[in-house]
Amino acid sequence: MLFKFELEGGNFSKAGYASSQIKKVLKQLAIDPRIIKRVVVALYEAEVNIVAHAWRGTVVAELDADKISLELKDEGPGIPDISLAMREGYSTASEAVREMGFGAGMGLPNMKKNVDELTIESQVDIGTTVRMVTWFNKEGA
Amino acid sequence: MKVCDLVKTLNLTVFCGEKGLDTEITGGYTSDLLSDVMGHIEEGMLWITMQTHQNILAVATLKDAAAVLIVNGTSPDEETLQKGREEAVPLLGTTHSAFEASGMIYRLLQNGNG
Repeated sequence: MLFKFELEGGNFSKAGYASSQIKKVLKQLAIDPRIIKRVVVALYEAEVNIVAHAWRGTVVAELDADKISLELKDEGPGIPDISLAMREGYSTASEAVREMGFGAGMGLPNMKKNVDELTIESQVDIGTTVRMVTWFNKEGA
Repeated sequence: MKVCDLVKTLNLTVFCGEKGLDTEITGGYTSDLLSDVMGHIEEGMLWITMQTHQNILAVATLKDAAAVLIVNGTSPDEETLQKGREEAVPLLGTTHSAFEASGMIYRLLQNGNG
């Protein structure tokens, strides 16, 4: 199953829509609730990153029998130093975004903690692509 | 303790989400940083915050929080209210500060379990 969502930079009203839709689908598929929670946290953080930093982006969620793959691709400023961006507490968010309670430098670390695989590709002034994979029955299999 | 019991005991305002008033509160988390809440709040907890924008609803529903308590006598933003009417997570209000509200609710939950 393939799901696609659009995001616009600065439009916080849309942040969280993809996560809540994916949450519903995973629930219907009776995926382990602990795994659903982790996927949803990672996806929400990734959505917020696009809204907070990029100009526009897309979320593609691909569901297989054994895993969910998420690809978030944006057109935006890119990340000049990915290892710095991965550091907890490091943030380049604007003052307005921080006032909303975002921009604490926890987004990317939260994503890393909550998925099995995370890869980030970025080009300055072009955009960033984040790919995340979570396996449904990693321990059980 | 259920959300509705807490509303009665502390005389809280219910802005929206009446459908969720029967939810049992298992604990609480006080924070205004959304990523911190995403990382730390657990299902059934009450989230205490001064944030009023609509993303509090996204975080609360994604994490299955029991309810959101907005402190310092402020109200949710208009978009938050509109969106909140469709959701089952109650948005509550109190004139107390986050510190006071957390202290009172912590004590109530401890007594309830003890």
